[in-house]
Amino acid sequence: MAFAIIVILLVIGTVAFHFLSPWYLTELASDWGGMDDALTITFVICGIVFVAVNLFMAYAVMKYRHKEGARADYEPENKKLELWLTGITTVGVVALLAPGLIVWSEFVEVPEDAMVVEAVGQQWTWTFRYPGEDGILGAVDPTFMTIDNPFGMNPDDPYGQDDILVEDSEAHLPMGGPIKVALRSKDVLHDFDVPQFRAKMDLVPGVETYFWFEPIRTGDFEILCAELCGTGHYTMRGNVVIEERADFDIWLAEQPTFQELTAEAVADLRN
Amino acid sequence: MAHATMADDLTEFHHPKTFIGKYVWSQDHKVIAVQYTITAVLVGLVALVLSWLMRLQIGFPGMFEFIDADSYYQYTTMHGMIMVIYLLTALFLGGFGNYLIPLMIGARDMVFPFLNMLSYWVYLLAVIILMASFFVPGGPTGAGWTLYPPQAILAGTPGHEWGILLMLMSLVVFIVAFTMGGLNYVTTVLQGRTKGMTLMRMPLSVWGIFVATILGLLAFPALLVSGIMMTLDKLIHTSFFMPAIVSMGEQLDYGGGSPVLFQHLFWFFGHPEVYIVALPAFGIVSDILSTHARKNIFGYRMMVWAILVIGGLSFIVWAHHMYVSGMNPFFGFFFATTTLIIAVPTAIKVYNWVLTLWKGDIHLTVPMMFSIGFVFTFINGGLTGLFLGNVAVDVPLSDTYFVIAHFHMVMGVSPVLVVFAALYHWFPKITGKMFNQKLGYIHFWGTFLGTYAIYLPMHYLGILGMPRRYYDYMDSAFIPDSAYLMNQSITIAALIVGAFQFVFIVNVIISLIKGKKAEANPWRAASLEWQTPDNPPAHGNWGDKLPVVHRWAYDYSVPGAAEDFLPQNMPRGQDPGAQEENT
Repeated sequence: MAFAIIVILLVIGTVAFHFLSPWYLTELASDWGGMDDALTITFVICGIVFVAVNLFMAYAVMKYRHKEGARADYEPENKKLELWLTGITTVGVVALLAPGLIVWSEFVEVPEDAMVVEAVGQQWTWTFRYPGEDGILGAVDPTFMTIDNPFGMNPDDPYGQDDILVEDSEAHLPMGGPIKVALRSKDVLHDFDVPQFRAKMDLVPGVETYFWFEPIRTGDFEILCAELCGTGHYTMRGNVVIEERADFDIWLAEQPTFQELTAEAVADLRN
Repeated sequence: MAHATMADDLTEFHHPKTFIGKYVWSQDHKVIAVQYTITAVLVGLVALVLSWLMRLQIGFPGMFEFIDADSYYQYTTMHGMIMVIYLLTALFLGGFGNYLIPLMIGARDMVFPFLNMLSYWVYLLAVIILMASFFVPGGPTGAGWTLYPPQAILAGTPGHEWGILLMLMSLVVFIVAFTMGGLNYVTTVLQGRTKGMTLMRMPLSVWGIFVATILGLLAFPALLVSGIMMTLDKLIHTSFFMPAIVSMGEQLDYGGGSPVLFQHLFWFFGHPEVYIVALPAFGIVSDILSTHARKNIFGYRMMVWAILVIGGLSFIVWAHHMYVSGMNPFFGFFFATTTLIIAVPTAIKVYNWVLTLWKGDIHLTVPMMFSIGFVFTFINGGLTGLFLGNVAVDVPLSDTYFVIAHFHMVMGVSPVLVVFAALYHWFPKITGKMFNQKLGYIHFWGTFLGTYAIYLPMHYLGILGMPRRYYDYMDSAFIPDSAYLMNQSITIAALIVGAFQFVFIVNVIISLIKGKKAEANPWRAASLEWQTPDNPPAHGNWGDKLPVVHRWAYDYSVPGAAEDFLPQNMPRGQDPGAQEENT
């Protein structure tokens, strides 16, 4: 009897915890509200199941606890009931899956007009690259990576000359349109994670991965690495500043291009 | 059947005479089961202590200086690997599988008793190799239990020189042990059943362990090859998983390999692995619920089908662990669909457990409490799986504390509650003594309420976005102070739950020493293992004559019967009042 009551209290407590919990989604900063909606739908459907099945179980434990002289029922199966339960569960599963897959179909199609920025991860910091005037990121290769060429830029590729290289771990991005975040790793697996953007993706050395999002508010957001990458994993931080287009243009113009950095390095050698 | 089975085998059954023959180099499945259980529990205690150390750092960052970042990641890795493989898998299959299968199907022992004995000693060797990694230069690997390359074998990750090699070696040896045991369990179930014990009369415990073993035999090879390939990458610089890398400013001589390939291989093993742990738990809890509710498991046939379907589907869901791995995003559609489909047979099992209680005659014994506790926590853990399986919902939750809360609830709490239910339930059979009931109830309440207090709030820290595998959050702006307070509470709850486990250990010890002698069948259960002539069962289990089975394992409360259970080996018609047409 006490057990059934405790189960009921746990059910009530769990639901209460959900609504009272101060820990929930951070304030959305990207257009991926669809993910939040899918999460809400999942909570509603799963919440109903959690409450219904547990309360029914508590009721059964209360009503059918052992009493002298009573005997259990003998019913090996009930095909009709089992069929109904299977059917209802299938409907529930479809109700969860459909919205989720609709959002996913948006996630896999990067908009044609998305602005491109590249985040480069290494143990244990972030750097960034923008494609510059020609809109195309220049070719890179690990064999070109040196202290003077940390991005591994191919010096013979003309598209790379105007690439804008940001060597500190702060990237700025503009409001007003979708952004494709191209991801590249120099060494091991990492993951580019900004909770407020909801989207995240692993960086895989040897492969170019990506995700896209559209910012919906300005702000300064911390980047976290979300794939264990060694002892310094938890220190691998950066930040993304979302700002109005005009401010972004000013900031971008202040960043050096590959051509400028190469010229600087050559000049340093001469002196 | 045309061929001779152990049931028909009339050759002299050789009984060991010395202490060493009976209890050390024993080929008796019951002794081997106890050896597996003791070893698994001991190494599990090591992993439990490691979890306390982790929680001390998470709850009280920096307060314990000996827990630095390297150590923290080593504790995380060893805790995870020990718990999943060396405790849960070894305990459910090597422990419960070995003890229950021959007894429940009416066999004298496993069909390959010498190989069975070897499997335990090879498992012990695997454990020793793993524990040795604490003592080698650089210490154990800190790559996470998932051991992802390239990081696992490169500078920057603890144990990347020796620790990872010992880990991989230990896993290879474990897989050898598992294969030896697994061949036994599968072959014994198929070939060793006594007369009348058809497959559809076997208790669900046997079905769960049987299907789990098949899963293991098919899935472990993927782990084996990935372990061998990673060892070769480390030792002779092949590049199975290693692309061109600049590590700490230095160009390495790897190139052309794929880190994601390892993930596919690992998770092709890793997902069936969680069902290797879960299916025996499902089977065992069905039997305990039905015995203590004096009612047949509801929908036995569907329960068998559900175990088979879950087992089969478990091979086509693996990449739900890889939604943000950078694999082709279109895979997300396929794996989200298969993952949510697997929810259907799993939900049916949950309904059937609850419907077994409905209209039952429920005795709230200690095993029953743990079993109902399993259903409650599994509903929670199973439902959160739907969040993570649905690819678009998973992306923000991936690599956060939501994942940790989910898999602990569904692998750590629920199956462990079944382990306790099973240990209490079969304690009188294994030892011939009764355990102390009061201590059992105390152990239950502390464990059940305590684990819920640990893992329920943890989901919400994950929804907030707190990443997993973080040694320190370094005052991240998006994390409120209250979250740190919550982490402190979770740590304290974890330590309290840990303390409650001593109640169990004390109970086992004092019950062994001065527990009341148990009757042969104290729970009045119908399955065969309770019908042995000796209690605990002697070597050979059945005395001179093997049992003959006349009914399924769930003839509880048959209308008209004098007793509220009819044992499996009771001939039909022996109780003239029992309405046996429907049994």
